[in-house]
Amino acid sequence: MVMDGLTKTLAQLLKGETATISSFSDDTLALKLIEMGCIPGEKITLQHIAPLGCPFAFEVNGTLVSIRKSEAQFVLISK
Amino acid sequence: MLNTDLFSTLQQNFSSKEQIKIALIGNPNCGKSTLFNALTGLHQKTGNYPGVTVDKKTGVCKAQNPITKQMQWFRLIDLPGTYSLFPKSLDEQVSFNVLMDAKNVDYPDIILIVVDASNLKRHLLLATQLIDLGRPCMLVLNMIDAATANGIEIDVNKLTELIQVPVVSCNARQQEGIEGVKNTFFAFAQNIKPQQGLINIQAIVNKDYAESVHRFVNQTSVYASLLKQRSNIEKDEKLNAYNKKFFTGFESRDMLFRFEKIKKISLECVNYTSIRKDLKATDKLDRFTTHPFWGFVVFITVLFLMFQSIFYLAEFPMQWIETGFSFLTQKTREILPDNFFTSLLTNGILAGLSGIVVFVPQIALLFGFISLLEDSGYMARVSFIMDKLMRKVGLNGRSVIPLISGMACAVPAIMSTRTISNRKERLVTILITPLMSCSARLPVYTLLIGIMVPSNYRFGFFDVKGLLLTALYLLGIIVAIAVAAVLKYVLKTKERSFFMMELPVYRIPQLKTVLLTMFDKVKVFLFDAGKVIMIISVILWFLTSYGPKKEFAAIEKNYIEAFAKANTDSIKQELTIAMETQKLQASYAGHLGKIIEPAIRPLGFDWKIGISLITSIAAREVFVGTMATLYQSRDKEDNLSIRQKMMQEKDPMTGKLVYNFAVCLSLLMFYAFAMQCMSTLAVVKRETNSYKWPIIQFVYMSVLAYIASLLVYQILK
Repeated sequence: MVMDGLTKTLAQLLKGETATISSFSDDTLALKLIEMGCIPGEKITLQHIAPLGCPFAFEVNGTLVSIRKSEAQFVLISK
Repeated sequence: MLNTDLFSTLQQNFSSKEQIKIALIGNPNCGKSTLFNALTGLHQKTGNYPGVTVDKKTGVCKAQNPITKQMQWFRLIDLPGTYSLFPKSLDEQVSFNVLMDAKNVDYPDIILIVVDASNLKRHLLLATQLIDLGRPCMLVLNMIDAATANGIEIDVNKLTELIQVPVVSCNARQQEGIEGVKNTFFAFAQNIKPQQGLINIQAIVNKDYAESVHRFVNQTSVYASLLKQRSNIEKDEKLNAYNKKFFTGFESRDMLFRFEKIKKISLECVNYTSIRKDLKATDKLDRFTTHPFWGFVVFITVLFLMFQSIFYLAEFPMQWIETGFSFLTQKTREILPDNFFTSLLTNGILAGLSGIVVFVPQIALLFGFISLLEDSGYMARVSFIMDKLMRKVGLNGRSVIPLISGMACAVPAIMSTRTISNRKERLVTILITPLMSCSARLPVYTLLIGIMVPSNYRFGFFDVKGLLLTALYLLGIIVAIAVAAVLKYVLKTKERSFFMMELPVYRIPQLKTVLLTMFDKVKVFLFDAGKVIMIISVILWFLTSYGPKKEFAAIEKNYIEAFAKANTDSIKQELTIAMETQKLQASYAGHLGKIIEPAIRPLGFDWKIGISLITSIAAREVFVGTMATLYQSRDKEDNLSIRQKMMQEKDPMTGKLVYNFAVCLSLLMFYAFAMQCMSTLAVVKRETNSYKWPIIQFVYMSVLAYIASLLVYQILK
């Protein structure tokens, strides 16, 4: 995937930061994420990071969802 | 089938007193199982779905028709937690199959959709899919109290009107509103009209295609036909070639359109009056439990408390069970004549039963704790903080609990792997758990270390015995992790592994749920694994109590004469012990010991050790008892006397000591790695639903044990 500096992924979010989900770059993962409430257009906040740096816990739609770094990089965000 | 027929047939079933089948379905963490418990109480049973190891919970529930006042029985099934009707895990596939196959024995007449009222938007995704199946559905807004407390107000009448199915709210945890749920069952006894589809099918798939699929697949609605077709083409390549293009992007279009619809629904009937207090509180606690330092402190404290309780608290009831059974055995022997049946009853069946029941305290305690952790929401955090570490060796964050519990006993530990949702990670955890040093190895380790190391032998400040014991525990952990790392590459899986999971808000655990889990797990163990343990126990009894007729007759003849001459009780007692030793040596197990001797000679073991290896397949600690019998130890409980006898034992050919350092260490290695526990095998058989995995486990652990012992003995001898 080409990173043009403008497209950010969920894996790049800092602790406490909030962004808006724009799209996904992996189809199978997208279905699972949508089911968990990560819908394009929704606000998502990085709440906690596991002690060893992975996974992350995001709050989206009133739910806390734990996502691995490797999975978060398929979620494209805008601020 | 026309869906109007479906509704009228159901209406008739109410009057014909036919048992109506209701399926409970909902997202994980919607409180579905709590509602199921509240509706069925103790009228429930757990089993497996055919061919897979997914818990199947069914039960019955009695309810009174609010109009006719007649009582009616309903058959309830608690389907596994499901996010959508596009199955991505084994659990979701099971739910899908039950719901979509009219020939399935559990195919429900009524679909009871459970949603968490605080997470209505997200949980409505599955709900709207289910409603679009065109079947009799009802919606339960569970945990309505939590929603209200957090400023979420839901207009139930408005929601009913918008989704066109009966809606009722309840708090299953507090048993509030359960009657209302039951009353709603009877809505279907009246002339209720099938609901219209909630989303526009044309927007997500070609209209002509959808209609032709519906004509051909003929499910209860166009949407149901499409879902069925989608699942069919995944299995059938020929179908796939033509149909696939119509389904490209179907799932995401479907879900995004649904969320559009859900947004509109929620705007009309949900009112947010304040901020979510539960999320705030959860966030505060999580800062602590996921903290790089405090997170581990909390985790280790929880593990320590759990492990200590299983290890020590269980010991008292276990002792009562053992004392009770030995009393029962003694009394039976006194009352009944000394013959084949008494021996079968006491040494075979009662011994087997005692070997089964003795696990109950540990199983109950471990599942009490696990249920507390699951119910409070902390278990998900354990998974969260341990994921990175465990993932490296192909395990799951949740594997930590079974592995640590394995240090007390592998039986409940393996039963607890059900919390690991990924099949491969669960299997690896099951396969390596028995390598952790369990409490049954302790008597064997103590006996052998006692022979190897002279007392008060110190290495600096440390007691060498203690050091050796610690080393054995560490060895178990290291080898378990190494085996996991190997299995990661050996085992193949089709399932794509997702880690994504919800971290539910913290809640105060409920005593009823905890007790029901404990009761349920004990029952499953007693009746499922118990059968296998009993069979092996009886086989071992036969092998050790009987042998070739000629030899046995000769021994008995000898001792009858000796008994006749004996004039004091102490001589008689000595004779009994001597006869037992000779009988065991002449038994089929004794012969087997001699047969396997050439194979175990390179490990430094003689045929007597061979006998012990065979008898301790029952359980590792049986090694000590068998040694006591083999060496004519006066008191089977007295470790010291067995130790002395073993230390004096000399090889009849060479005249050297049998239990030298090399042999003892070789034996220690064998017991550290070998799968010498029939109860664990029985539980693995149940938990993997196959004979394949317990056999593979038995073989790999035996090979590992053999190689380790061989290396140790050949190098040290």
